[in-house]
Amino acid sequence: MSALTHLQRLEAESIRIFREAVAEAERPVMLYSVGKDSAVMLHLAMKAFYPSKPPFPLLHVDTTWKFRAMYEFRDRHVAELGLELLVHQNPDAKARGINPFDHGSALHTDIWKTEGLKQALDQHGFDVAFGGARRDEEKSRAKERVFSVRTAQHRWDPKMQRPELWGLYNVRHNPGESLRVFPLSNWTELDVWQYIHLESIPIVPLYFADKRPVVERDGTLIMVDDERMKLAEGEVPELRSVRFRTLGCYPLTGAIESTADTLPAIIQEMLLTTTSERQGRVIDHDSSGSMEKKKQEGYF
Amino acid sequence: MAHSSALIAEDIEGYLHAHQHKSLLRFITCGSVDDGKSTLIGRLLYESHLVFEDHLAALEADSKKVGTQGGELDFALLVDGLGAEREQGITIDVAYRFFSTETRKFIVADTPGHEQYTRNMVTGASTADVAVILVDARRGLLTQTRRHSYLVHLLGIDTVVVAVNKLDLVDYSQEVFDRIEADYRQLADALGIRSVTCIPLSALRGDNVVERSPQTPWYDGPTLMQYLETVEVADDSVDGPFRMPVQWVNRPDSEFRGFSGQVVGGRVRPGDRVRVVPTGTTSTVARVVTYDGDLEEAVAGQSVTVTLTDEVDCSRGDVLCAADAPAGAADRFEAHVVWMAESPLEPGRPYLLKTGTRTVQATLSAPGHRIDVNTLERVPAETLHLNEIGVCDLHLDRAVAFDPYERNRETGGFIVIDRLTNGTVAAGLLHSATREATDVHWQAVDVDSAARSRLLGHAPAVVWLTGLSGAGKSTIANLLERRLHTLGVHTYLLDGDNVRHGLNADLGFTEADRVENIRRVGHVARLMADAGLVVVVSFISPFRAERDTARALLPAGQFVEVHVDTPLEVAEARDEKGLYAKARRGELPNFTGIDSPYEPPEHPEVRLDTTALTPDQAAEAVVEHLRSAGVVPR
Repeated sequence: MSALTHLQRLEAESIRIFREAVAEAERPVMLYSVGKDSAVMLHLAMKAFYPSKPPFPLLHVDTTWKFRAMYEFRDRHVAELGLELLVHQNPDAKARGINPFDHGSALHTDIWKTEGLKQALDQHGFDVAFGGARRDEEKSRAKERVFSVRTAQHRWDPKMQRPELWGLYNVRHNPGESLRVFPLSNWTELDVWQYIHLESIPIVPLYFADKRPVVERDGTLIMVDDERMKLAEGEVPELRSVRFRTLGCYPLTGAIESTADTLPAIIQEMLLTTTSERQGRVIDHDSSGSMEKKKQEGYF
Repeated sequence: MAHSSALIAEDIEGYLHAHQHKSLLRFITCGSVDDGKSTLIGRLLYESHLVFEDHLAALEADSKKVGTQGGELDFALLVDGLGAEREQGITIDVAYRFFSTETRKFIVADTPGHEQYTRNMVTGASTADVAVILVDARRGLLTQTRRHSYLVHLLGIDTVVVAVNKLDLVDYSQEVFDRIEADYRQLADALGIRSVTCIPLSALRGDNVVERSPQTPWYDGPTLMQYLETVEVADDSVDGPFRMPVQWVNRPDSEFRGFSGQVVGGRVRPGDRVRVVPTGTTSTVARVVTYDGDLEEAVAGQSVTVTLTDEVDCSRGDVLCAADAPAGAADRFEAHVVWMAESPLEPGRPYLLKTGTRTVQATLSAPGHRIDVNTLERVPAETLHLNEIGVCDLHLDRAVAFDPYERNRETGGFIVIDRLTNGTVAAGLLHSATREATDVHWQAVDVDSAARSRLLGHAPAVVWLTGLSGAGKSTIANLLERRLHTLGVHTYLLDGDNVRHGLNADLGFTEADRVENIRRVGHVARLMADAGLVVVVSFISPFRAERDTARALLPAGQFVEVHVDTPLEVAEARDEKGLYAKARRGELPNFTGIDSPYEPPEHPEVRLDTTALTPDQAAEAVVEHLRSAGVVPR
């Protein structure tokens, strides 16, 4: 049996996936969301092509509603690594002033992220896009391929998905079709955290507990990150020690009360709590099976 | 056991340290919904504390709504994914599940067990180290048990756990368990599965899944979780010779040229001699480069970048191999093929084949037979349909590196890709290269020999002139061809000396080379006859067996053996080329008639006595035979 540890094997598999996709793609890109999964994916990409730099740009499909700390981290980190960053903000969403307060989480996410992603991919003609999704995140993802084929309209058609045997990935696609490639398919949330710890991978400080201004809405703690946050009558932000298990648009991302300010403490908290990661994401609560629906529409 | 909360709470650093050194085991579960497979996996996830509170809340709600356990937790609902199949109550694809314990992380390939899902089971098995085969204690071994066992064995899994489930429904009977175990061991022996462990359990009640059950005091083996946590799986590729398919040539600048890939066999160190397969060039490993620094050694499973001491020709698709034990290289194979697409295999049509990191064009023959996965019988087959398995010959447009699948799954497995849809339509296992073309089926074409004959106005034939050197074969052959030409017959003359200048320039005059010489000429003549020509072959061709082989290549009646019968003393007296004299002096070894035998034909179509006939008369005698045989019109 292999003498390698589970993290070494996961790392080697991810590197293989990166190289295989790049070797056969015409125009690859990495979707970079600034979160911890993106951080791990980026770290693996640096390893995969060393001593070369990853031969593709990073693409951040931005909603303008991310935490300020995410933008700061993104610009600094990508510059340090010397990589090319493309930021796409859906001009249509911008013109219409789409925001999570007035339009609701579903429409906000659809226009900024789902539509924005399609626009960016089409605009640059990317045929392979790396994404940080994992199979353990949600039941409907357990069957997702590592190399997932999308139609020219970016739709996920179950009939087009290919059997994946051994490490033999079929990267071929017809003109117009594209592939979403998930190097972290076989990682779990625990693997991701352990790897961040083991490899000292930089992540956005929001993952660590700190005193932050929050308001409580429907049992969810929302951070007041900038002046666009509309407070209800009588709503007063209070400073609480909180952190985030997942990062997205700040009005849609729930914080948890925590004092975990080191990686071991975060992992400890994660293992001892019994709440799964996606609960902090408001989009999942819209309707049951909503991830599956979003996948078919072209969102990850 | 699962995660120890105490250790996590008291000593997270200690826990993390232990966790970083966990190994990884990939296993496949085989069984149908009825066997309680989803329940078993659901319980493994639940017991390893990886079911979170919100998932659990959803599970409780679902259990009440659609559960089959009368309101109790229905673990199967934890793993049944896509909306459509949850409603149908069946799983229709390969799902990958994850759980971990103190010592291991597990990746479970969860596949449905029905016959029509052979494709999924083969996919799941391709990456698994161990197979967990579920057997319902009430029903014993079923057809599907045999099918599952055959498929996992075919895909190279040699370690099987038989989970004898639903033991609670047979009152935890040892007798039932023992009988199933005995039956299974018999099946495993027949298939050649080396390691078998049978565990009595109830996934629903949790007996012997994680905790030892008080209901089975007669059982002293491990629980399923204990087994999975401790099983050591032999992996031939880890201990085998070094293999690394090159994925990507790494050239950050003009100074550095490395070959990036994952080691899939053995190990590699700087200083090791390596061979590039299939190009065949050799070199020495200079460095094993990674982002985390150069390695003294890389082992199977690691993704690295190797630099060599020489500027050798090596690119994506080539395989770096241990120089003293390189992979084979071939362009023709016999292989097991599992068809995975709705549209069946089209024998002879070009597909793409990907093995390792190389993609080539390939055609597949019609399968010699397919294998009925239920009875394991060989069934005659013209093609392969979805979920069928057969043995086909593969013709590649160029050579690829390979190892027999039994020795290395990564260099012995391949996928077949449709050139139009780009879908993956089949997977296969390489076993051996086929150098002989004996099993190759003649490509069926619409314009056949009869059609060409109609166009040419005469039938094809091979007129094979045999006789001693100096018997007059060439003279007669030349006259014969001129005669046929004036009659409007399309001819070609294959002369021994001329052929040896080109096609057979590599052959000498040893017995083996003379046999090969005639074999090639026979095949060339056969192709030309198939093209519609009357081929005149003028060769000493001293051995009866070789002439008979040439005869056997052609349809009955097309081979016309002509014995140019000249006694040795007459031929030697003519000796126009001075060869006999040389042979007598010992300067031409193996000269027919002198120190190598000539075996005259026993029943030639035509015998020409050159002591009685002039060359013209001899040629006319052959033409007359061709007329009477209907080759040449009167």
